[in-house]
Amino acid sequence: MIETAAAASHAGLVTAWERVKLARHAERPHTLDYVNALMTDWVELHGDRSFGDDLALIGGLASFAGQTVMVLGHQKGNDTKENISRNFGMARPEGYRKAERLMRHAAKFGFPLVSFIDTPGAEPGIGSEERGQATAIAESLLTMADLGVPTVAVVIGEGGSGGALAIGVADRILMLENAIYAVASPEACAAILWKDAGRAAEAAETMRITAVDLAGFGIVDEIIAEPVPAHEQPKEAIRATGEAIARHLGELVRAYPRSDRGAIERLRAARHDRFRRIGAWREVMPGANGPDVAPLPPR
Amino acid sequence: MPAMRDFLQRRGKFRPEKADEERTDLQIPEDLWIKCPKCGELIYSREIERSNQVCPKCTYHFRLRARERIAQLSDPGSFVELHGDIRPQDPLDFADGAGSYGEKLEQTQSKSGEPEALVVGAATIDGLPATLAVSDFEFLGASMGSVYGEKLVRAVEWATDHRTPLVTVSSSGGARMHEGLFSLMQMAKTVAALARLGRAGVPHFALLADPCYGGVTASYATVADVVLAEPGALIGFAGPRVIEQITRQKLPEGFQTAEFLLAHGMIDMIVPRAELTATLATLVRHYARLPRHVPLDAAPQIRLTLSEAAAVGDD
Repeated sequence: MIETAAAASHAGLVTAWERVKLARHAERPHTLDYVNALMTDWVELHGDRSFGDDLALIGGLASFAGQTVMVLGHQKGNDTKENISRNFGMARPEGYRKAERLMRHAAKFGFPLVSFIDTPGAEPGIGSEERGQATAIAESLLTMADLGVPTVAVVIGEGGSGGALAIGVADRILMLENAIYAVASPEACAAILWKDAGRAAEAAETMRITAVDLAGFGIVDEIIAEPVPAHEQPKEAIRATGEAIARHLGELVRAYPRSDRGAIERLRAARHDRFRRIGAWREVMPGANGPDVAPLPPR
Repeated sequence: MPAMRDFLQRRGKFRPEKADEERTDLQIPEDLWIKCPKCGELIYSREIERSNQVCPKCTYHFRLRARERIAQLSDPGSFVELHGDIRPQDPLDFADGAGSYGEKLEQTQSKSGEPEALVVGAATIDGLPATLAVSDFEFLGASMGSVYGEKLVRAVEWATDHRTPLVTVSSSGGARMHEGLFSLMQMAKTVAALARLGRAGVPHFALLADPCYGGVTASYATVADVVLAEPGALIGFAGPRVIEQITRQKLPEGFQTAEFLLAHGMIDMIVPRAELTATLATLVRHYARLPRHVPLDAAPQIRLTLSEAAAVGDD
C-alpha cells in the first residue's frame, strides 16, 4: 500500500537509518511551523491545572480549512537554547495531562483534533517518574481512544514510542515520507536486544520504522510524499501536509457530523475497530488450550 | 547458588527427613532449597509454597508464574482458560545475529511451557465470578506483543459481555521489540477496549507485580478503576538503568518501588500476597452492591444477586 510514486521510488534508495537522520534533522519543520503556515487565529492554551506547563507538548485552538480545530503537538526547538527549554520535544507527565485536558475540551465543544507527532519519546527522568509518567500517558490514550470528535494525527518527524502514541490514537494516521515511528528509538532497541546502542543503524532496518513499512502493515493510512527532504523545501512539505490533513478531516467531518449523536457513536466504534484489528497472530485448532507449542509455519 | 545446591543434592543426609511415600525429591531436587534474593535466607521449598511464595524471614515476594498466580487467586478448579489457542506471528521477519524471532519464540515456548506471555480466563474469587488476565514474566519478560494485546482485549470483551469484573495482574518489561510498531499499537488497542468496559460500568482491578515497566504500565495496567501493587514491586515508565544513564543522577532510595508510587499518589494500595484474594473479593462485592461478607456456601445466591445488580446497571 504505497501511496505515492515518490515513496515507492525512495523505498529502496534511502535506508531506514538515513530516514532516522532526516526525521531528526534540526532544520526539519516542527509543529509550530505547521501551525503558523497552515492555520490562523492560533491561541495557545497552557498548563495541566495540576503541576505545570510543558513546553515540549503544546496545544491550542486554531482556524484550519474553514473551522476551529484543537491542535496538539510535540515541539522541538530550532536551536540549542530553545531545545533545552522544549526539552528536545520529550514531554513530561504535565505535558500529557495538558494534552488529555485539551482533548476533553475539544470533545466538549465539538472541535476536531489535529495532532503533530515529533518526539524522541516521553522524558525518562526522576521527576517524570515521581509525577506518574506512565499513568499520564495511559490516561491520554484512554481519553483519545474514546473521544467524541474526529481526530487526525500526523507523524512529522520522530514518532518515539508511547510518548508519541499518547497523542496518536486517531481516526486517521498520516506520516511524512521521511518520518519514523517506532516502538522504541533505534538506539534503545539495539540496547535492549543486543546490549549495544552502537548498533542503532542495524536496529533501524530490523524494526521496520519507515512510512513505507508502516503503510504496508496497514497502521499508517497515508504517506505524505517528500520529493525533497522537508528541511530542504519546508514550504512544499508543509503545504502537502496541510492538504492531506484537510482532506482526511473533511471526510471525517462529513461522515460524522457533530449534530448527529448517532454519528459520534459510529465514529467511536470505527476508531475502536481500527485499533482492534492491529496485530499479527494466528489461532491453532479451536479449543486447543494450554501450552501446545505448535511450531510456527515456515515463512 | 548452584554450588550449594549441588552439595545438598550429593549429600543425601542433609536433606530433611521425609516419609517414603512423600519422597518426590527425585523429581524436584533443584527446588529443595531456595535462596531469598533480598535477605539471603535459604528457605525450604515446601515452606515457601505454604507461604504463597513469600520469604518467611523478610516477606520478600517471589515472582509468580501466571498459572501459580491464577491458582492462588481463584477458587480451586474454577478457572477456565480462554483463547489459549492464539499464537504469535513474525510480522517484521525479524532476525538478528542470534537468530530469528520464530526461533526465539520456539525456545521460549519450550522453556516456559506457555504459548505466549498472557493467560486469560474466567474464574471465581471467593465465590464471585471474575475475568482474569495474568502475565507471565518468564515468557520474554512478559513483553506485550500482538498476542498479548489480542488476548487481553478478548478478556476485556468477555468481561464486558458477561458483566464480570476484570482482574489484570501485570508484570512486564514493556512492549515486545520483535514485533515493532504492532507492539506499540497494543497499548491503544487494549485501552480502547477498556474504554468500552468502563462505559458498560464493569470495574477493572489491576495488580502491578514486580517488575512492571514501559508500555504495560503506560497503558491498560494503570487506567484501572482500582490500582493495587505487591509490596516492594518495582513499577515505572522508564527502567532505572536508563534513567541513571540519561540523567546522570543518583536515584533516590526506594525509587520506583510500590511504596514510592503509593507515596506519590500513583496507586490505591499495596496488598501483601496473603491478603490479596480477600481484598479483591471485598472490592468485587462493593461493585456488585454486596458489601457484606457472604460465606462461600452462599455462592449461587451471590451469582444471582450479581446478575441482578448488573441488570440494574444496564439502565
